[in-house]
Amino acid sequence: MSETHAQTVTYVRDSMLPPAPPPVGERGAVKWLRENLFSSPLNIALTVLGVLIVWWLVSASLPWWLNSVWNASSLGQCREIVAASAGEGATGACWAMVRERWHQFIFGFYPPSEWWRPVLAFGLLFAALAPVLFAGQKRNLTLILGGVLAYLVVTLYLAGAPGVAFALSLLLVAGLLVVAQVAPGRLLWFTLIFPALCFWLLWGGSIWSPIVAMAGFGVLYAVFRFGSPFIGLAPAAGAGVVAAALWWLYIDHAIADRLQAALPFAIEAVRSDLFGGFLLAIVIGVTGIAFSLPIGILLALGRQSDMLIVKTLSVGFIEFIRGVPLITLLFTASLLLQYFLPPGTNFDIILRVIILVTFFAAAYLAEVIRGGLAALPRGQYEAADALGLDYWRAQRLIILPQALKISIPSIVSTFIGLFKDTTLVAFVGLMDPLKGVTQIVRADINWKGIYWEPYIFVGAIFFVICFGMSRYSMYLERKLKTDHR
Amino acid sequence: MAEASKMQISDEVAIQITGMNKWYGQFHVLRDINMTVQRGERIVICGPSGSGKSTLIRCINRLEEHQQGQIIVDGTELTNDLKNIDKVRSEVGMVFQHFNLFPHLTILENCTLAPIWVRKVPKKEAEETAMHFLRKVKIPEQANKYPGQLSGGQQQRVAIARSLCMKPRIMLFDEPTSALDPEMIKEVLDTMIQLAEEGMTMLCVTHEMGFAQAVANRVIFMDQGQIVEQNEPKEFFSNPKSDRTKLFLSQILGH
Repeated sequence: MSETHAQTVTYVRDSMLPPAPPPVGERGAVKWLRENLFSSPLNIALTVLGVLIVWWLVSASLPWWLNSVWNASSLGQCREIVAASAGEGATGACWAMVRERWHQFIFGFYPPSEWWRPVLAFGLLFAALAPVLFAGQKRNLTLILGGVLAYLVVTLYLAGAPGVAFALSLLLVAGLLVVAQVAPGRLLWFTLIFPALCFWLLWGGSIWSPIVAMAGFGVLYAVFRFGSPFIGLAPAAGAGVVAAALWWLYIDHAIADRLQAALPFAIEAVRSDLFGGFLLAIVIGVTGIAFSLPIGILLALGRQSDMLIVKTLSVGFIEFIRGVPLITLLFTASLLLQYFLPPGTNFDIILRVIILVTFFAAAYLAEVIRGGLAALPRGQYEAADALGLDYWRAQRLIILPQALKISIPSIVSTFIGLFKDTTLVAFVGLMDPLKGVTQIVRADINWKGIYWEPYIFVGAIFFVICFGMSRYSMYLERKLKTDHR
Repeated sequence: MAEASKMQISDEVAIQITGMNKWYGQFHVLRDINMTVQRGERIVICGPSGSGKSTLIRCINRLEEHQQGQIIVDGTELTNDLKNIDKVRSEVGMVFQHFNLFPHLTILENCTLAPIWVRKVPKKEAEETAMHFLRKVKIPEQANKYPGQLSGGQQQRVAIARSLCMKPRIMLFDEPTSALDPEMIKEVLDTMIQLAEEGMTMLCVTHEMGFAQAVANRVIFMDQGQIVEQNEPKEFFSNPKSDRTKLFLSQILGH
């Protein structure tokens, strides 16, 4: 064609070319190998080197995995079994430790007769999360609630839950399943009451404490609702927070005690220092994640605000918390906070740690979300304004859905970081799964000297949870992708 | 056509701007603007870039603040009072150069969002209204797509429909065709002409002189933040008075 074209100025194509398949070397597995593994001499060398390294790693560690021992009562016995089966000098993993001590990794020193309570709370956690994670998707909701039901039937039976609790829990989840079919949106009500329910299940005590504490939010809402027509939205919200704080500080206990005296209903109380292992990590992690996101959003908006005081406070908070190591904050939680509180207040250590971990994550999230806000074109704000949407509606309907969507990968990274950072509570004497529990296990004369196994076990559980979060975030990104770029 | 639509202009004042000045920092961007817009008028504002024409119409719904003078829209004066601003904004529709559709919402949701949340219209009714206006801009079949799936011209027509769903009494157009490919300009202009024929009060910043000649009953020429000349389109194009206008017209009509 080019020849003809070059020689004559006028050129008309009289027949169109049919599409042809690409050459053999340019398609299928051959193309993939050539492009990805053997594209140049350097890449060929690197490929060979990579294969050798993988081979070396596998051949060095495989026997250790293959000689695993699951049944033994001490590390010494493990070694004898390995020596007997694989010959003198062979190495083998001793998973018998996990088999014997798994409950400490999961529950810490939580009393065994009450194990059904964290087990139940863990199952209900998924029932509470489902309406948030899969809003209105009947099929996914049904799947998850069905899974929770099956999980509870098995685990509650194994944990030896009392008959009444067993029946009530199954009834509750079955009820949620029905609601999921009829009105999936209503499931969010369960999500709202779940924190109080979970708190009561884990720490026990009078049922009236969580109910009266939740009523504090009712007070907040009532003050906001009835105040806002007279004094405006923001002052009403402020007044609501003050009223709720007063409720919690001065009224809460008195009412809870009276109610408990009048209508006693309580389960065995469990002290915070008995919590440990993944029970502790998940309590701190999930609470931190759930509360840090809204706080982070408010801080990010506050940082962009035109109101000087709001802006200064937000910037100060974010920069201070981000500028200080988490461990410093944890020490503050465990030691210093007591000095600032009125004498005699017994402010639970786990609660203190949760508050500071939440603040820490919120400060990071605020910056992540600010990045998302900054990435939105100005036109989005202008279009929202031009349509007459007020600030909060514009934020809720236009700005935040887009800004949060942009920030999903970083938000989830922060969440994963937060969850893994819960192991740092070991430094303030709490029994985290990695250091706290492992130390206790190794202090036992039977398991003295065990090294890899507890870390691999704990690491694997962390990995499963964090990988799950990561996959969910990818699913969410795909689902929300509407820009078709 | 121009003769017929002139009949719809009433004596009622839609927008009254008196002695308005605006600065960006030290830069005096709008200088002593005085203008009155009657209900039903269709005004085209033109001028070289940086002459303040976009800033002027953005002041009318307070996307930009003015520092001096008075702007009264539909009997409501624009001050720092947020209630007044929201009131004016819900009565004044605005179409942007870059459409500014909400990419996370479908076309239909883009159109129903403001009526539902600002006007408190029931969802079903808002959707019916939205479909009515989407039919009017000739893209009802795209209602369930996302903005990213539409061409520029289609997106701009959706933006017009989105504004119309608020049933505005005044429409502002900020260079609605400048970001479009040439072949898409016509479909947007056709929509705007149709709107003009129905008697909508329109202020339009544009370089489409054909549009100005076809539908405007007044052309305002701005330069260096001031109104330099205004006249009926016929007179404005055939017999410009100021040298600045002559130069501008020769530059944009020259080829």
